[in-house]
Amino acid sequence: MTIIDYRVEDDVAILTWDQPGQPMNVLSGPSLAELDAAIERAVADTAVKGIILTSGKAGVFVAGGDLEQIEALGSGPIDAADLLRRTSAVLDQLRRMETCGKPVVAALNGVTLGGGYEVALACHRRILVNQRHAKVGLPEAGLGLMPGAGGTQRLPRLVGVQTALGLIMQGKQLGPDDALKKGLVDELVEPDALIPAAKAWIAAGGDATQAWDRKGFEVPGGGADSVTFAQTLMGSNAMTHANTFGNIPAQEAILQSVYEGLGLPMGRAGKVETRQFIRVLQDPVARSMLRTLFFSLQECQKGARRPAGVPPFDVKKLGILGAGLMGQGIAHVSAKVGIDVVLLDRDLASATRGKGQVHKTLQRRLDKGRTTADRVEGILGRIVPSEDYADLEGCDLVVEAVFEDREIKGVVTRDADARLGDASVFASNTSGLPITELAQASSRPANFIGLHFFSPVERMPIVEIVVGEETSDATLAKAWDYLLKIKKAGIVVADGPGFYTSRVFGTFISEGNHLLVEGVNPALIENAAKLAGMPMPPLGISDQVGLGTMHKAAKQAEQDAEAAGKPWKPSPAQAIIASLIHDHDRWGAHPPPNPGGPPRRPGGFYDYDEGGKRLWPELQRAMRTWIDEDAAQPDAEVVKKRYLFTQCLEAVRCFEEGVITNVRDGDVGVIMAVGFPAFTGGPFTYIDNYGIPAFIRDAEALAAKYGPRFTPPPLLHNMSTQHKTFYGVTPHP
Amino acid sequence: MTDCFIYDAVRTPRGKGRKKDGALADAPPLRMAKAVLEAIPERCHFADSEIEDVIFGCVEPVGEQGANVGRMAALIAGYDDCVPGVQLNRFCSSGLEAVNIAAAKVKAGDVELAVGGGLESMSRIAMGAAGGAWSTDPELAFGTSFVPQGIGADLIATKYGYSRNDVDAFAVESQRRAAAAWEGGHFERSIVPVTDGVGVTMLDRDEHMRPGTTLEELGALKPSFEMMGRNFGFDAVAVQKHPEVEAIEHVHHAGNSSGIVDGSAAVLVGSKGAGERLGLKPRARIVRSATVGSEPCIMLTGPAPASNKALSRAGMRASDIDLWEINEAFSSVCLLFMEEMGIDHDATNVNGGAIAFGHPLGATGAMLLGTMLDELERRDLRTGLITLCVGAGMGTATIIERV
Repeated sequence: MTIIDYRVEDDVAILTWDQPGQPMNVLSGPSLAELDAAIERAVADTAVKGIILTSGKAGVFVAGGDLEQIEALGSGPIDAADLLRRTSAVLDQLRRMETCGKPVVAALNGVTLGGGYEVALACHRRILVNQRHAKVGLPEAGLGLMPGAGGTQRLPRLVGVQTALGLIMQGKQLGPDDALKKGLVDELVEPDALIPAAKAWIAAGGDATQAWDRKGFEVPGGGADSVTFAQTLMGSNAMTHANTFGNIPAQEAILQSVYEGLGLPMGRAGKVETRQFIRVLQDPVARSMLRTLFFSLQECQKGARRPAGVPPFDVKKLGILGAGLMGQGIAHVSAKVGIDVVLLDRDLASATRGKGQVHKTLQRRLDKGRTTADRVEGILGRIVPSEDYADLEGCDLVVEAVFEDREIKGVVTRDADARLGDASVFASNTSGLPITELAQASSRPANFIGLHFFSPVERMPIVEIVVGEETSDATLAKAWDYLLKIKKAGIVVADGPGFYTSRVFGTFISEGNHLLVEGVNPALIENAAKLAGMPMPPLGISDQVGLGTMHKAAKQAEQDAEAAGKPWKPSPAQAIIASLIHDHDRWGAHPPPNPGGPPRRPGGFYDYDEGGKRLWPELQRAMRTWIDEDAAQPDAEVVKKRYLFTQCLEAVRCFEEGVITNVRDGDVGVIMAVGFPAFTGGPFTYIDNYGIPAFIRDAEALAAKYGPRFTPPPLLHNMSTQHKTFYGVTPHP
Repeated sequence: MTDCFIYDAVRTPRGKGRKKDGALADAPPLRMAKAVLEAIPERCHFADSEIEDVIFGCVEPVGEQGANVGRMAALIAGYDDCVPGVQLNRFCSSGLEAVNIAAAKVKAGDVELAVGGGLESMSRIAMGAAGGAWSTDPELAFGTSFVPQGIGADLIATKYGYSRNDVDAFAVESQRRAAAAWEGGHFERSIVPVTDGVGVTMLDRDEHMRPGTTLEELGALKPSFEMMGRNFGFDAVAVQKHPEVEAIEHVHHAGNSSGIVDGSAAVLVGSKGAGERLGLKPRARIVRSATVGSEPCIMLTGPAPASNKALSRAGMRASDIDLWEINEAFSSVCLLFMEEMGIDHDATNVNGGAIAFGHPLGATGAMLLGTMLDELERRDLRTGLITLCVGAGMGTATIIERV
């Protein structure tokens, strides 16, 4: 198989990387071996004065490393010595290229990312096509990985430590202008000038020595023994620790690699990076993140769970019932991809107000230069506010996004239903009401489905697709086609109270309440949640949701239980929330208006002012009826474990009950929708990595101490007995 | 094991640690060491060749203070060639640790007579000049939750509930006591003026003090570590390590933390036999010393465990100690120490401390020991305990007893 084509033109060897049968070039063992051979051939050819490395793929030089090789390592232990040998070989080959004695030019005809950019860094000059899509950078950190082919060594020597760390740690991808400005490439040219420019540089006597191999070389901005380097590392260590809570090994490893390697000659520096790279791969975090945030997410983005055999369904006209926050967001993301939207509300004024909000959101993007006036005009032009159900005629899909009230939903469903054809789909955006029940208002329950969007719709990348008892496969497929069109990932869940993501998330909030009632210091309740990797702590979330809303939901649950004749015992946490509202007039971060009374100030579990928020210092004292002020304080590690375990156990129950049927959906769903810690790879990956027997043992210990919510479901016991894991790979005994 | 006695203790006055106006800043650091090392054999009337080691603490042992400043100090003081020297670094307790190690050599019988002490020119060799891996090596920085020690001091105040007013009030009292001590001549016996190369006195009195400092004046000062803590992630790192704290209250500033100064001190210790042979009068006995490690992020909570260890090894209790010296690195460190030991401010730092005088890092421990000795004698009391908090989470304590 020829991956790299070799030809000589004008005394220059042109190496064209073109992986057969693949849409993109990736850095891999075979491709590097061919690169190596081609370089040696050019070196040996006395007629050749210089070398140009380019690609045969349109718009892409090399898109990165071979992630599948890393995924293939699975979740078991890895052979560090073997990996060290293999990775070192890559570093040695690139080192040979940059010291081969002939100038090597990277003629970058497009996307140059990850391993591709690391190859370019080992060339003596980088010329990039000046095209918007031609992104350059080292994006590994975004997947919980780190560069492993010299990137952490060559980039700091090329552009300085501070700039390099900023780019590598955040996995930034730069467009041509930024790449030139920051020094990642040396020259921008139009596509047809690429090879001529490379030849010209060689002809003009291009230097075959890297800056860092020259005598007296100094790292821009300060080398390993400079005060700036020490200060940069001190600051980067603290900021990274602060932002990652120490949960992302790759972030630390990137810093370690730069710290240890910067003072070494390049020939040895690579080994330092390789050690860190392997350390990252040895830790379950990187492989877990890669699995869920790359491979599984891709499945959810590409509709892997879409029923086959249903012809593609193109939503051209969309109706939205309810022009509130969710309706606006759905209108926005749909109009953005060219769908004509009827935004319907009870009166035209409300519908128009809803469209106005979309305009505002777009205006903000325009002000920041993130969109163009043309695009804004186009999007708004496709959103038609309406109060008339007749306007829904011809809609391929209607999404209902009205108030969470069964009756109101029933009314609008019936009104819309009358205007729709048999091929069209009706979706409810309910966040928790049973779809099967809502479908009763429709004359076509098979065409009825749940599409649970998350707020803000423009930014949240995922949608829960809720399949009711009567929902047909064709409807599910059509819903998928809509999500693919608006570029949202989807997970498929079965009908049931709270569906999947809200159920898991609910246990997290609830655990915070348990801790509060136990008398755990509120600061510890909140900080331990953040340490566990949750983006927002439970009491802070309650304040954001609104204590009134929480109180109402609890009351509703109480009434529902009474109506069903079930026993109901109000929890102390509910009593605390009721007391905050009624005795202390504390309604949360965004208090509802107080008709006839003085305006309410923000304040719930927290006090709020311009400077930010602080926990209400009186909380424990004021709630001493329910909170034991003198309770012994648990270790933060125990609290963290409670947060993770309670969510993982709920996820397992959902899987056991068939609410979700695919663990990849389960892992992706809670990370993308409700902030389950990404570094874990999701609850199922977390349990697999923990080891099911160990997880059972620790869950049982928690259950004995804190209550039956930690009792492991039978499914786990069965899996443990059969030595099974969620991802089907039996761990090493 | 032999007993170890203190025969003499001297120190330089502390000069402001600023190049533009610090009185000791226009001479190399060794000039200060020379002053104290010359004074000892001279005051005690014995030949310097009797000294078997010069153990000197120094926290930034680079440049003029680099390459074994202990030996350089002995040489520049004109000691006989046979007197060796060594430099050690236990960060802020280096001066006391130097005395402890000298005492340990005496107790072990390896030497009969030695000098422990230290020096630090903070004006000429800036804090942090020696670099080090703690803040820069990610493995170490992440693993130990490194934050600068001012943040640790603020964390102590937050965690143990010392308000801005509490820490400021402690500082006001330190200034008041320091001024009263100079007024009363409490340091006369031990201060050795530093003279320049032509014999003119450079400094003969601590120059960092601000007598008459009021709570109102201190209340107007801006916290020193707030910007650093908030903007560079250090507060967050500290809270992650101590998650029972919601947010760091930044209460420390230049007025309630130790001052940046220059200075040197030396303590002569030896066996009973050496004293008798040379006609030296023992002033006190070194009863016991201890150094412990403690949680490095909060960093400055070592003094109480170190003191308790020393007390316990000595078969003593806190109530057996007449006077206490806790280095005033930061107000909160002293407040916590007094609370943890259950001791009274009336018996602690009775002549003020580093908030008023300044803290010449490598020298301070030996200075505090000398101050303690003078004060026990002045009050005719028996026992004293000297302790310092130490960077990277350590504490050193030494118990002395008059004989």
